[in-house]
Formats: sequence, structure tokens, C-alpha cells
Amino acid sequence: MSQHPNEPQTLAIQLALVIDLNVCVGCHACVTSCKEWNTSGAAGPMTDQGAYGEQPTGTFFNRVQTFEADSYPNTQTVHFPKSCLHCEEPPCVPVCPTGASYKRKSDGIVLVDYDKCIGCKYCSWACPYGAREFDEERKVMTKCTLCVDRIYDELLPPQDRKPACVKACPTGARLFGDVKDPDSEVSQAIRERGGYALMPEWKTQPANQYLPRRVTKQPPSDAARAEKDRL
Amino acid sequence: MFKFLSSDPVHNPTASSTADTEVKTTTCYMCACRCGIRVHLRDGQVRYIDGNPDHPLNKGVICAKGSSGIMKQVSPARLTQPLLRKPGSERGEGVFEPISWKRAFDILEKRLSHLRATDPKKFALFTGRDQMQALTGLFARQFGTPNYAAHGGFCSVNMAAGMIYSVGGSFWEFGGPDLDHAKLFVMIGTAEDHHSNPMKMALGKFKRAGGRFISINPVRTGYSAIADEWIPIRPGTDGALFMALLHELIAHDLVDRPFLQRFTNAPQLVVLDEGEREGLFAFDAAAGVAGDGRNPHNKLAWDLTSGRAVQAYPEGVEEGRSLALEGHYTLPDGTRVAPAFQLLRERVSQHTPEWAEAITGIPAERIRQLAREMGETALHQAFELPIPWIDAWGKQHPTTQARPVAFHAMRGLAAHSNGFQTVRSLAVLMSLLGTIDAPGGFRHKAPYPRHIVPNYRAFNDPDMIKPNTPLNAAPLGFPANPEELAVHADGTPLRIDHAFSWEHPLSAHGLMHNVITNAVRGDPYKIDTLLIFMANMAWNSTMNTMEVRKKLNARGEDGEYRIPFLVVCDAFQSETVAFADLVLPDTTYLERHDVMSMLDRPISEFDGPVDSVRVPVVEPTGECKPFQEVLIELASRLKFPAFTNEDGSRKFKDYPDFVVNFQAQPGVGFLMGWRGKDGTQHLRGEPNPNQWEMYAKNNCVFQHHMPKEQQYMRNWNRPYLDFAKEKGWRQKNDPVQLAIYSDTLQTFRLAAQGKSKGRQPPDHLRERIATYFDPLPFWYEPLENACVDTQQFPLAAITQRPMAMYHSWDSQNAWLRQIHSHNYLHVNPVTAKAAGVEDGGWAWVTSSWGELRCMVRHSDAVEPGTVWTWNAIGKASGAWQLAPGADESRKGFLLNHLITEELPFVGGQISNSDPVTGQAGWYDVRVNLRPAQPEEPAESFPQLDAVPSVPGLLRSGRRFMTHILSKKP
Repeated sequence: MSQHPNEPQTLAIQLALVIDLNVCVGCHACVTSCKEWNTSGAAGPMTDQGAYGEQPTGTFFNRVQTFEADSYPNTQTVHFPKSCLHCEEPPCVPVCPTGASYKRKSDGIVLVDYDKCIGCKYCSWACPYGAREFDEERKVMTKCTLCVDRIYDELLPPQDRKPACVKACPTGARLFGDVKDPDSEVSQAIRERGGYALMPEWKTQPANQYLPRRVTKQPPSDAARAEKDRL
Repeated sequence: MFKFLSSDPVHNPTASSTADTEVKTTTCYMCACRCGIRVHLRDGQVRYIDGNPDHPLNKGVICAKGSSGIMKQVSPARLTQPLLRKPGSERGEGVFEPISWKRAFDILEKRLSHLRATDPKKFALFTGRDQMQALTGLFARQFGTPNYAAHGGFCSVNMAAGMIYSVGGSFWEFGGPDLDHAKLFVMIGTAEDHHSNPMKMALGKFKRAGGRFISINPVRTGYSAIADEWIPIRPGTDGALFMALLHELIAHDLVDRPFLQRFTNAPQLVVLDEGEREGLFAFDAAAGVAGDGRNPHNKLAWDLTSGRAVQAYPEGVEEGRSLALEGHYTLPDGTRVAPAFQLLRERVSQHTPEWAEAITGIPAERIRQLAREMGETALHQAFELPIPWIDAWGKQHPTTQARPVAFHAMRGLAAHSNGFQTVRSLAVLMSLLGTIDAPGGFRHKAPYPRHIVPNYRAFNDPDMIKPNTPLNAAPLGFPANPEELAVHADGTPLRIDHAFSWEHPLSAHGLMHNVITNAVRGDPYKIDTLLIFMANMAWNSTMNTMEVRKKLNARGEDGEYRIPFLVVCDAFQSETVAFADLVLPDTTYLERHDVMSMLDRPISEFDGPVDSVRVPVVEPTGECKPFQEVLIELASRLKFPAFTNEDGSRKFKDYPDFVVNFQAQPGVGFLMGWRGKDGTQHLRGEPNPNQWEMYAKNNCVFQHHMPKEQQYMRNWNRPYLDFAKEKGWRQKNDPVQLAIYSDTLQTFRLAAQGKSKGRQPPDHLRERIATYFDPLPFWYEPLENACVDTQQFPLAAITQRPMAMYHSWDSQNAWLRQIHSHNYLHVNPVTAKAAGVEDGGWAWVTSSWGELRCMVRHSDAVEPGTVWTWNAIGKASGAWQLAPGADESRKGFLLNHLITEELPFVGGQISNSDPVTGQAGWYDVRVNLRPAQPEEPAESFPQLDAVPSVPGLLRSGRRFMTHILSKKP
């Protein structure tokens, strides 16, 4: 067999998202703004089965799951958006029999070539994050494209050349940029806020990172402050 | 072409979809936030909607609902033709024949002109989530019927009235927390609500800057998830928490005394002697008549410096004065008086944190710390902005004092029968901390602050309901004393919803939830025609849903329906459509003109007034017609004076023409921007025929930035007060003194106690009014608790709105329903175990008034005494063109089935409402839980038979399931 065209290599540019869990309120703006952009764009259509039927189901590239941690009254509620993390060592790529699953050398975005995809679903088994969705109508695998059809589109004004979800997010919980560029907004956020990878034990080196919660504690009382000054 | 094993992609993922796209701006209406949006069209069809970066409200962001507008536009549930119920069919069966608009208008004109000429009050107009109350209210007023309201009485009138009667403004689009300067933000009883995107933006920025965010709520979802601290609380007890916080702040002198002395009625002297003026403010007879709720003048205060009573203004605010906040004094004529603040002190003295702990479930020490943190942050972590300002009495303040503690509160406080006094106690708390219109605190949005009491009296004179005559006042307003109530001489209500009656005098937003019940009962009289706009009153916009549906079909002894004619105007086949006799198809927000007006509910920012419009970006679907056009057409046919020229000809061609040319006062119309013939006079000026074009060219929004010196302390800011009057936002330029003590409420109490000379309530209502019209805030148990066995029904059941949906509108949206297709009852695991209810299992939830079956989820994010669910997700089978057996109907459920619209009262019944405002007490309901039996069907109860489809639905929208709009090469 010839050398696999998409063997991992160190890229000069790696575009990615940084998700700030400190300010995500679970509003799902990212979920449906992605859906509406992509369903009639280059990555679409994102079909729905039984859209008005008994149990609707459909293709989404980004989902938000809300879970609870700890127990009452110390319960933490966490809103957790998840989409393809555009791994630097993407396990979904080498398993693809047709080469439909590939990682772009120019910017590190991982994509599915619909015209090569035979719908074997092997890649979705390989992805530890469950970030790929099989479109039941088109019979191909689909996933977040990092809005590759927006970020380079010169027909869009420069400030709009970012993923639809990043533009939509009302709390500013989604950042976009090049994680290989130390001066980028995303790199700074990761450095300053302790951005972390999901499930590093899988050695996928996800490009997307998450920023943890930061709690602003109750400030000391005037009396405590005065006592401290006194001492 | 395709090379075998080539690594070149075949499918081009970067293909631009923006070529051939036209972009138009308008305003979203997936909720009442009203963000600016860009609608991207291809071949005249909507392809994409995003936030407009140039719009001041949302600055380019958009929420889940706004992003899903396409699927609302193409919803198969869209009505597209006027419909008439087939003669011989029953209401609720949904059997209709399509008719023309001509016929629909002829039917309405004939019926309404007859009513108008004989007994106008037989026409009732009630509206739901509309944005055009200025127009619908005008229509009702011109028709001559007092029977009009929007949804506020059901929604959150307590939040509006409780704060407006205290500080001259409220939350939502009327005002809000200044998170740019706050250090501590306390959010209470808030789920997702409009206006939502600005709150999200501000919260994100606040948290990134390290601000401290505390959420007080029975449930930890949504915004509360990112709070730095969650304080669980039992529903309906927030008022007790606020009273205890007041107790602590006062006990530790953590109050802004100079602020209270100058800017509130805290130092004003209250008469303590029994009699006609007991509990009202003392006044200087030599200076004129006694002031009332509308007139702050002529009050007295005690000056410690000179040891005597002085006029509160201007004497009391002179240099060198030191107005007493405490003590008991005697006036020269022997009247015993005390400053209002002294009475507040006495009121809160027994409301210790320990007292509040027993009620709220919050540990007393936590309450102490919270008070301390609020007070110390507001007063000792304060700062000043270098903005000089001049107050109403001419004093020049060199800087603006910041008070960096901000609050936000919503329905968790309002939707209780104790909500008004609870909100008042919060408003008093905010005032004691000096945060009203201060940087870092609560900031008003134009046209607020308004006077306490706003100068808008509701229509109230029975003799002024006359055939073919407009009312002499607007149907809704703010009563300032018993003489302004809408009652007959015998004290019985004037209106079909009993608003502005002795049952709930300050019902500023009406009582939508009473209309059907009262109309069927004929109390106080029968009506003929009920026109419902955009309100799902046969489903989620009602309490006791199943009974209300029966009442819509109730017939009298003569065999006729008790509500003879029911007209429903909506864009979608909601559950209410099936009950209509006449259905009018409304357009969606993408197909119409709309105004977000200063006369109504604008989208002002803190720093100045903002109004906006919607313009059609696509053609109306089918024969849909905007409801505003329907009203203009009917108003013209019925020859309302405001819509008719002197020569009898029609005045306004259509709604856009009406908006441009109608003037509420000279120079004041529905839209502020680009007035004047040449479009250069903003805020006030002659009509500009090109006004709509100017808005369309400017992102559909007009914004005015006020000079910095007029942006803060606007209750007392002299240049601002003059400006607001000049622009027609207020009738007067008086300062708006904060009402720590509400003498307005006391006037009603005196009437109930028989001490006043004026109008008095019927005897059976005296005790209720005397109890609840307390001029000082206080907490009491929700009224439901006295009517049910709280041991048998130990749990509080509440609902909240999910972020991705807005009422019943959105659970039919093909994308949004994949986020929530059904709802669960969320129960704390300890509570669930005690009841034997499993996680994911079916359970019966029972109140004293009804029962339902639903699925349960265990959740640690809810305090053990509360159960909750999302509202408005449950649907009736077949409604909204969802498949019969859809999750929404089979598994989803409405808590509304458990809530009563009436409580037993003195030999009869009374609205299940706040006794002050009539606010529906739908968060008061108490329930118990038990598991369903294994043999029971795995579906929610009650289930309804599927409603048949009506003619003219946009069912072809199903082909948009995959929503392909591209011309792929």
C-alpha cells in the first residue's frame, strides 16, 4: 500500500476552538446556529428524520450536554458543548478505508469528503469523543468543519470570517484561532486560564481545549480585613 | 476527475454559499428580547439568520431560538387562510372551512359595529406575546370597551408593579443590573427570560472580569450553573429572606443614609394618630392640599439641626439640614409622627435571620453573611465616577457615586400570591443600599424612571362606557387611590377580568387568566365576542387547563355558547385554534412591519432611548395578514375617531402609514428616529413620510446616547427630568422619590378599615385589603397554603422556561424540538426516594386541584422541597402539526393542569392571584408524588384525542426537513 496520505505530521497552523466552561450557560446558540449555517451550506444538508414526527432525530455537528456533579446542596451544574476537537493525532483518519476522512495540512481542520465516504462508520467507532454523526438520509459521516466555508470566504466581511457558533455565542464562551500561534487569542486563553484537553489518555492531542470554571469567593468582611491589617 | 487512491478531496468543503445571497436587516421575534438580525436570502427564501453586529442590543450574537427562525418560517403548523367553524360542528373539534378575508372582515365588521352601537363592553380583546400593546390598547379604547389586557397579569405584573410603585422602574427592558461596574451580582428567581442575550453578554463579561455572581433559586440550571455560589431557597419565601436582609443591614447600619435622606421618602413624617390620615404622610396645610401617591410635594421631615419639622422640599434638602431617619416626634399641632424609616426599622425588628431560616431553608449564618457582603460591597467597596451631575433641587454633585451591588430578579418572585410585597421588599433593599440608578447598581432604561405613581390612570368610570364612543382613558393604568378603581357605586367590578376592582386593586396588567372563567359565569356580566391574539389560552396560557377548555364550550340554557363568538388570531395551529369560531392567520416576524416603540416596550439601553422596527424580508405566506393590518382595517371600517378623517374617509392606508402619521401627543409618535419632514429631528418632531426607509437603512434601529451628565441618578437628575418631559416620556419633570413607604397602599388600607371618607370596599373584602395593602413590605405565606392541606401536599411545584424555547411557539420548531421534545419533573433524589419514585420512572403528581402523570428525573440541582419542569413543552396531540403520539403529547406534560384559577373565598371564590395586583399565583401550587403502577400506560396524563388538521396549513413545509436551499453546481 502506498504511504497513507494523511500520516500525522507537525503542522505550522492548527485552527481550533476554545470553550470557556466558566461562562457557558447552556443556551444552545452554538447548536442551532451551526445547524442553520451548515444545512444549506457546503457541509450540508444536515437532515432530520421525523422532524415533526413522534421522536425527532437529526444531524447536529455540535451538541451541549448538561450534567450534574457532587450532591445537594453543593451541586455543580455544568453545561458542556462538544463538537469535533480537530485532533492533532486524529484516530478517525487512519481507519478510513477510502481516505474520505482527512486532516488538512494547511490548517489542521479534520474533514469528511462526502464524495469518498462509503458510510462504513469505522471512523465514528474510532473517535473517543463521539464527535461524528452519521447522516441517516445521505448515508455519509458528518462532523464539525470549523466553518471552513466561512473562515476563508472573501465575500464575507473580515469580522464574520469565523465559525457560526463562535459568532453566535452570547456569553463569549467560544474562542477561535490558531493554537500554534502563541500570540493568538486562543493560545493566550489556554495559557492564562489553564486550558485543558479532554481525555488526554487517548493520546489524540485534541486541538480544541476547554477552560475551567473559576469561582470568585466571598470576599473577607471589613472586620476580617481590619484584623488582617492590624496584624 | 476522481483519481483512485488520490488524496485530493473531491467534495469541496470551502465552496462559498454567500454568492447570490442578499442580506436584509430586521428584528428577531423568537422571543421578546428583540435582537437585531441579518436575514440572508437566496432566491427570496431564507437561508441563514445571524445577529447583526451593528445592532446595539445584541451586537452580533444570537441565541438558539433566533438561529432557528427558518424552521418557524416554514413550520407545517402555519395557518395560511382565514377559517370559519363549520356550522353544526362543535368548538374544539377543529372542523373549519376556509373563507376569504373579505368575508372575515364583513363578519367582524357586522358583529363588532353592532356591539359598539349597543353595549361596547361585550367585546373583549386579550393578547399574548405581542409587542404592540400601544396599538391594541388604542383599538380597545377607541372601540369603547374596558375589556382589554395583554398577558402581564398572568406573567409577571408583580415584578413590574412591585418595583414601579417603589422605585419608578423595573427589570426587563425597563431597567437592569449594571454589570459593567458591579462587583457583586445577585440573581434571584430567574430562569431564561427576555431580555436574554444582553444578560448573557453582560454576564460573560462580568465573570471574565472576576465579578462575583450569586444565584438564589430553588433550582440550579441555566445561568445559575455559572454562579460562583448557589443559594437554594424554597419557592415563595424570598420575601422572608429580603426582610431578614433588611433587618441585618439596618442592625449593622449598612445603609446609605445620605441617599435615603435626600432621594427617598424615608425621612418623610408619617401620621401615627388614628383617623383619616393615619399612616399617610403629614403635610403642611399652608402649602396646599395633601399630596397623594402622584404628588410627592408638601410632605414634612424632621430636621435634627433645628429641632423642628420642615417641608421635605425644598427646605429639607438645603445645606446644613440633617433629616431624622429615626425617632418619634410631635408636630406643632400635636400630631404624633415618625419618619417612614423609623417604621421600617420597627417592621423588620422581629425578622431575624433565624426567623427567615425556618421559612426559607437558608441557614441563618448564611443570611447574615449575605447581608454583610451586600452592605459592605455597596458602601465600602464603592467608588466614584468623574461625572458631575445636578440634582432636582439644584445641588451640583461633582462626581457620581457608584454602588457596585446589582440585582436581577424575575418570575420566581413574581408568580406568587405574595409577589408584590416580595418585590417591594427587594426594591426597598436595593434602595437602602443606594443602588438605584447608580453605577454598578440598578439602571433605568428610557422611558423609565416614571413617576411613583405613573400618571396613567386606568379607565374606571362606568358612566363613560357609551355606544359608539371611545373611552375617556386607556383601559390599563396605575391606580393611585381607591377613587381610581374601575368599580360601580356598589363596589362591583367594571371589567370582565375584575381588574382594578377591590379584589386586586393595582392590577396594572389586567388578568388574562380570569377572562374565560368569568365570561362563562357571566360575572360581572356576559360578553359576546372574545378576540384572542397570539395567546394559547386553551392550553399553556391558562391555569386549570382542562376545565378552561370545557368552559370554552359551555352552553347556556338557551343552547347557545356562553361566549357566543370566539375569534383567534395566530400564526400557528395552536391548541386554541380548534376552539375558535373564526380564525385569522397572522404573519410571522419575517413577513411584517412591527415597532418596538417608546409608547409600548422599547429596547432602550442604559445610556439612552432606543427603538426599532421589523420590516418584511419575505412575502407573507399564503393569505396571512399581519394582525396590525387587521386592526387598522377594522378600526377604519368601524370609523373610530382616531382612524377617521373629519370628512368620514379613512385616515390611515395601512399599518406603516399609521405608525408614521399617528401622534400620541404633538410630535410624539410610535417611532422616535428621523422625525421631521426632512428626517433630522430625532425623539420628537413632525411625521416623516420616509421614516420606515430610514430605519431599514439603519439596521432597523434608532439609538440616542444621552450626555454622561444625564445618564445616572435619573430619578433626581434635573437636566434629565426636563429632557424626559420635553420629549413626551413623562408628563411632569418632578423628581421621583423612592417609596420606602408606600402611602399609596395605605390609602386602600384606610378605606378597608373604614377610616377614610372616600370610597370603601364591599365588606367581605375589607379584611383582605386591610391585610395586604400594607405600606411597608412584609412576607406572608402564599394564599394556596391556607386553602390546602400542606401536610398532604408538602412539595412546591414550579416551572421555568428553557433557554432554547419561548412558550408553546417553539416546541413545534423542527430543530428546537430536538433539544427538548418532552419534559420531565425534576425531583431531588432524597425526596424521590421518600416518595418511591424512580429516576426515569412514571409518577402521579397531585395537587388539591388536579392530577397528572409524567416522567421523573432525579436531580441534585433542586432543593428537596421543590419539584420543577420546563413550561409549555407538553402539547395536545395533533396540535401544531406534530404527529399524534409525538413526544410532546405522549411524554410531555403541562403543570398547568394542577393549578387552579380560583381559590375559595368568603362564600364563593376569588382569583388565585396576588391580592394587590391580581398576578396569577401559578408558582404557589403544592403537590405530592407517588409512583405510577407498572400496568399503567407509559404516557402522560391527561391525554387528549388528536385534533384534526385545519384547512390551509403549510404542511408542505415538511419538505424543508433537510432544508436544502443551494443551487449546487
